[in-house]
Amino acid sequence: MSQADAIKPSPARREKLVTADGTPLRRALERANRRRKLTALALVAPLLAFILIFFAFPIAQMMWRSVDNPQIVNALPRTLQALDGWNRQGIPDEPVFAALHADMLEDLERPRREQAIGPLGIRLNYELSAARSAISRTARAVEDFEEPYSEAFIDAHRLWGQPELWRIIQREGRPLTASYYVAALDREYDEAGNIVQRDENRRIYVSLFGRTLALSLAITFMTFALGFPIAYFLANLPMRYANLLMIAVLLPFWTSLLVRTSAWIVLLQQQGVINELLVNIGLISDENRISMIYNQTGTIIAMTHILLPFMVLPLYSVMRTIPVSYTRAAKSLGATPWTAFRRVYFPQTLPGIGAGGVLVFIISIGYYITPALVGGQSGRMISNEIARHIQQSLNWGLAAALGTMLLVGVLVLYWLYNRLVGADSLKLG
Amino acid sequence: MALPAYYTTKDKLWHYAFRVICFAIFFFLLAPILIMIPLSFNAQPYFTFTREMLTLNPDGYSLRWYQDFLASDSWMRSIRNSFGIGIAATLVSTFLGTLAALGLSRSEMPAKGLIMGILISPMIVPLIISAAGMFFFFSSINIAQTYLGVVLAHAALGTPFVVITVTATLVGFDHSLTRAAANLGASPTRTFFKITMPLILPGVISGALFAFITSFDEIVVVLFVAGVEQRTIPREMWSGIREDISPTILAVATILVMVSIALLTVVELLRRRGERMRGLSPQ
Repeated sequence: MSQADAIKPSPARREKLVTADGTPLRRALERANRRRKLTALALVAPLLAFILIFFAFPIAQMMWRSVDNPQIVNALPRTLQALDGWNRQGIPDEPVFAALHADMLEDLERPRREQAIGPLGIRLNYELSAARSAISRTARAVEDFEEPYSEAFIDAHRLWGQPELWRIIQREGRPLTASYYVAALDREYDEAGNIVQRDENRRIYVSLFGRTLALSLAITFMTFALGFPIAYFLANLPMRYANLLMIAVLLPFWTSLLVRTSAWIVLLQQQGVINELLVNIGLISDENRISMIYNQTGTIIAMTHILLPFMVLPLYSVMRTIPVSYTRAAKSLGATPWTAFRRVYFPQTLPGIGAGGVLVFIISIGYYITPALVGGQSGRMISNEIARHIQQSLNWGLAAALGTMLLVGVLVLYWLYNRLVGADSLKLG
Repeated sequence: MALPAYYTTKDKLWHYAFRVICFAIFFFLLAPILIMIPLSFNAQPYFTFTREMLTLNPDGYSLRWYQDFLASDSWMRSIRNSFGIGIAATLVSTFLGTLAALGLSRSEMPAKGLIMGILISPMIVPLIISAAGMFFFFSSINIAQTYLGVVLAHAALGTPFVVITVTATLVGFDHSLTRAAANLGASPTRTFFKITMPLILPGVISGALFAFITSFDEIVVVLFVAGVEQRTIPREMWSGIREDISPTILAVATILVMVSIALLTVVELLRRRGERMRGLSPQ
């Protein structure tokens, strides 16, 4: 652009400047610039399209699942209409049951794959256990129902006689829902429809988020405590030795994650190398083997090992650029080595500490494999809960809500990281 | 390295203590990986050193876990899968990533920050979230549990590394070289293959290596998107650790450590070559 400005002709001479074929120079230049811009875009376009389709869109679609709520609207349109004026006390009147009867009959006439009854049962079950069996048992009998329908339904399953089920149908009978987020924050709706905290023994996720944060902080601190000395040591060695010793940092970095995790299982388990060693040299007795794995300790040790290179590498590259003369000057002005380190050297390493710390924290907060393998119950993190809801409990809306919260947290941290050091400084290997 | 003459006893003591601490940390980094190598030759199905192993009795050692590994159909299939998926995903991400890096490093590229952010997002988003998203999306377009699905997923995860390494190589790129080539009559294609490509090749290769290792080591997406047929080495290790933990895993791990040492060497050599070619002397 600066080139274009430089060549821009003064108004008086504008008429005269033309290219060989007679087009004004200004237009020719604009056209050339546009073509170059299009070339640049064309080069980027294939990858951009690829990432948008196979990466960004799937994630957006997953986030949409956390609020998407079509099941009740699809299955019970008449019922919802009839419920419109319900005062939320007791059970609804006969017209509502008649509408429910009509909705279910109509649904059962559709081909099996298009039936909305199955998803309805699954959806209601997230809010009220036993709702699924109520729906399926009713669906089997509904063709023989006779008036009064309210009695027929309540006979088929007692849940139809409970106001709670009807409140849920009315509350969730909308295309969008907040209930997955309500559940993800350990809250629920009370009888009046207010959001309240769950009973203490049913609170899971807030404390799990808290534990994930605490474990990630502990891991970040451990990588700092172990990474700072060796980065300092390496940065103050002559390059030849530093490159050689750097292998000790890079080899774990390049070694398969599963290999490193299984290495820690081999070392730390009850019959593992460390316990055997301690028993053999008589430090602990055979019955009192230390449990270092399948708990939080296991997660912290293994993840510190796995993420240590991510702390050492940015620290090292920052420390390499700190001139030795600053510390020397401080010492020659009378500072003790400790003061010189604390007041002159350490502040200059802060960008490296920030970069490494945020990087390690971001990675560990979303970590799945290592906690799943060595974490046991107490070392589980939020990712493990997301995976469990996708693969086992099949509550995909809740998984999506938890995942969206995790993703937003990570993106905010990354934004901070970017403000702190700039994404360009991401160094590999 | 001799210590400075003005060091007091306390200084000297601290100097040595610091080295001991550092070597302890290096030990912490390396020992877990290295300890698996001797253990993989254990003659017994244990994860500890037996008495025979400690006394260096040849009977304590055997190759049975390597034989197990080589005789197992599922492990052999996982090797084929890992390399097949890895190579295919690397080709896709290297091709797309290099093109994009060439575009991104042009000064007339619009919305550079935003596009760069989108392109490197696969590296930032936690894997569990990428995996969950892809699981739902790939199931809906019927490519879950196919090779195509796993390759596309791994290609997406590998591209940020190619974009970053190639862009970094292009930062030091002297554009007067391509202008000189054009001035001497070379077509843009010829300029690219004769001038640009040889210069950015180290970046492209190390980007490709990163993409390959990303795919080769990836497990979370494989857990969600791959079926039994597409199980890779990490996926087999995962079930090995979870279900029947046998020292066969240690034999596989040892082989993988050897592979990573080879890759580490290649990357280091490439780095030095790149520095030489750009006139920075490797120290």
